[in-house]
Amino acid sequence: MDTLMLSRIQFGANISFHILFPTITIALGWVLLFFKLRYNATGNVRWMEAYRFWVKVFALSFAMGVVSGITMSFQFGTNWPGFMETVGNIAGPLLAYEVMTAFFLEAVFLGIMLFGFSRVPGWLHTLATFLVAFGTTMSAFWIIVLNSWMHTPQGFEMREGVAFATNWFEIIFNPSMPYRFTHMMLASGLTVAFLLAGLSAFRWLLGDRSNGVRATLKTGVFMGALLIPVQIFMGDLHGLNTLEYQPQKVAAMEGNWETQSNVPLLLFAIPDEEARENRMEVGIPNMASIILKHKADGVVPGLNDFVAEDGTVMHPPVAPVFWSFRIMVGTGFAMLLLSWAAAFLMLRKRRGPEGIPTFMYVAMVPMAFSGWVATLAGWYTTEIGRQPWLVQGVLTTEMAVADVPAPFVGTTLAAYLAIYALLLAAYVGVLFFLARKGVDGDVPRPRTPLSGQAIAREIPAE
Amino acid sequence: MDLFGDPAVWLPLTFAALMGVSILVYVVLDGFDLGVGVLFPFATDEEKDMMVASIGPFWDANETWLVLAIGLLLVAFPSAHGTILTALYLPVAIMLIGLILRGVAFEFRVKAPTPHKATWNWLFFAGSLMTSLAQGFMLGKYVMGLESTWGTWTFAAITAVFLTVAYSMIGACWLILKTEEHLQAKAVTWAKGGIWGLVLGLGAVSLATPLVSPRIFDKWFSVPEILYLAPLPILSAVMVALLWRSLQHLPNPTDTGARAPFSYAIALYVLAFGGLAYSFYPFVVPEQLTIYEAASAPESLMIILVGAIFVIPMIGGYTALAYWVFKGKAAELRYD
Repeated sequence: MDTLMLSRIQFGANISFHILFPTITIALGWVLLFFKLRYNATGNVRWMEAYRFWVKVFALSFAMGVVSGITMSFQFGTNWPGFMETVGNIAGPLLAYEVMTAFFLEAVFLGIMLFGFSRVPGWLHTLATFLVAFGTTMSAFWIIVLNSWMHTPQGFEMREGVAFATNWFEIIFNPSMPYRFTHMMLASGLTVAFLLAGLSAFRWLLGDRSNGVRATLKTGVFMGALLIPVQIFMGDLHGLNTLEYQPQKVAAMEGNWETQSNVPLLLFAIPDEEARENRMEVGIPNMASIILKHKADGVVPGLNDFVAEDGTVMHPPVAPVFWSFRIMVGTGFAMLLLSWAAAFLMLRKRRGPEGIPTFMYVAMVPMAFSGWVATLAGWYTTEIGRQPWLVQGVLTTEMAVADVPAPFVGTTLAAYLAIYALLLAAYVGVLFFLARKGVDGDVPRPRTPLSGQAIAREIPAE
Repeated sequence: MDLFGDPAVWLPLTFAALMGVSILVYVVLDGFDLGVGVLFPFATDEEKDMMVASIGPFWDANETWLVLAIGLLLVAFPSAHGTILTALYLPVAIMLIGLILRGVAFEFRVKAPTPHKATWNWLFFAGSLMTSLAQGFMLGKYVMGLESTWGTWTFAAITAVFLTVAYSMIGACWLILKTEEHLQAKAVTWAKGGIWGLVLGLGAVSLATPLVSPRIFDKWFSVPEILYLAPLPILSAVMVALLWRSLQHLPNPTDTGARAPFSYAIALYVLAFGGLAYSFYPFVVPEQLTIYEAASAPESLMIILVGAIFVIPMIGGYTALAYWVFKGKAAELRYD
């Protein structure tokens, strides 16, 4: 393989590994604040139990996110110098604002949030929890501004091949930013909802019936049930935005080769880029036209419009985009089904967690990571869908790659992959280990429920 | 905004200064927590827990200074960022893998099942060592003008060892400040044993820099510069002496002067960094690219600067808050 392909796989592997953890910490920060505020309001220890368990997951995920994030900030330079040389005047300030307004805030207050409970006044600990959550969200905001600008660039002019900012308001509030940011925030919320529900279900299956588990299970299920319809609606809006600004991506998502009306929604197909057609198509007639244009005879753009006269293909590789999109949507509907069913059964006759049958708890355990699957599939759809561009219409990926010898990139790629595989296994293993330890009474539960002022109990940071 | 003259002159200079400060803060702060990791094999398991406890609340924020420094290089001097990082491709990768390993080992060593703790402890050490060596190697290569010859590789390998010893030395000084009893006594021994790395490292870089570049030689050894600059090496020698003397009085029952070694070590880092910065100015890529040639558009730098003016004092403020909250001797890390 050549340097370009290896560098792309390396960056793709790094960013895929990285996004797993911010996806958890962005929303988990707010969930922890919710637990803390419920505890402050009610004095009920189950909220503090929930806080103590999930703050460990937060700390672990945060560390994974930090270290993999540092790796990426270096790879801009080591592998993609053309990116900063061409659009550095725009990407630079956005990244700088991320570091200045988000990274330090979250990193500094994380120390107080994790280890400061008995060292600082209660309000400062709650404030630290808030600032960590706020910091992670700010970080997501700035990086998504930059990412969205790469998809829908505006507010700049090119002088001698270098982009110069002309309007920062246009750059920050570029056309796809509001959609992408909301879509990603909801994705984070759903990832955490299903992680909460999944690990709580795991503890439930092991016989844990503590109030802490009940609290987190309910939080997870209801959070998922509330967010998933909003997310499906938001995803649709995002798709329409993409249709307007990156029609070639939508064409690849739909597997639609010719610009035409009455396009079916393909449930299955094997796109063949050589023959420029699909094999083994199974679809719902007119449905793609209805979704994208809101009428059965709506015209949907086709991939063949994005091939230059000389045969240069200016649309993304079709199969990966087509399939990633289907995996994301399929996972989304599985989330809808599970969370609504579980929420319904809990609300019916007010039975609570006892209303959920065992098989559904079993299903929740693997679904703990459904948010990861959907998030990765979604990012693959949009990022592979941007190819061959790095910055849509401004800079191709090929132009930006560093002239590092392929064996160098191959070596570092192999090393990163080995470490990421190991760490991912360790991470998932430790999550379940912590959950099991929670069941075995890592948290000594009081025999009689404490009321009013609860006393903080001694639990080592393990 | 021509208040201070031509923005194409003062903006790059301001950003070079900001970047310099970030690198300096980084090598001091992450220097001590990397150093603590490097010292792991010399400690018992119980001592390891206390060593991690002494850096636990800080390491995340310490590492963020690296992100800020590399971020400023990236945003303010984009073409230099590309040139430097592609030239240092492999050591950067080793450093990153080291940072990954130690960062996650922090968490895993206390959260994974107990039988795995020894492995994570070992990975914490290995990661800290890889990071320190790689950074020392990069320092050496940078001093050698990013050239790749046998000579420069050898020099870089030597600075790799010296910087690692220097980090473990400031790490030991941090432990003297933050710990008590037998661990503190051990840290005093470690600090004494690490001084040579600091001295030889300083010496090697100070000698090599002017020898590699006639320009740097002239900057130091012509009259009257040599007179203005004389305090730098003299002060450094005084600091080394003071550091050595302060270690002789430690540990003691009243813990008097436990702060001194760490303060002197910081002073040494600042002096060494000042010397390097003076040597290389105005170049960001040695002898190839000046900060003025490499700088981003003034409009873009301006918008970052406006933010930095507001945000950096705040960062300073809440960083100070964190050090104040966790002041005094380190205690077992607890989530409650």
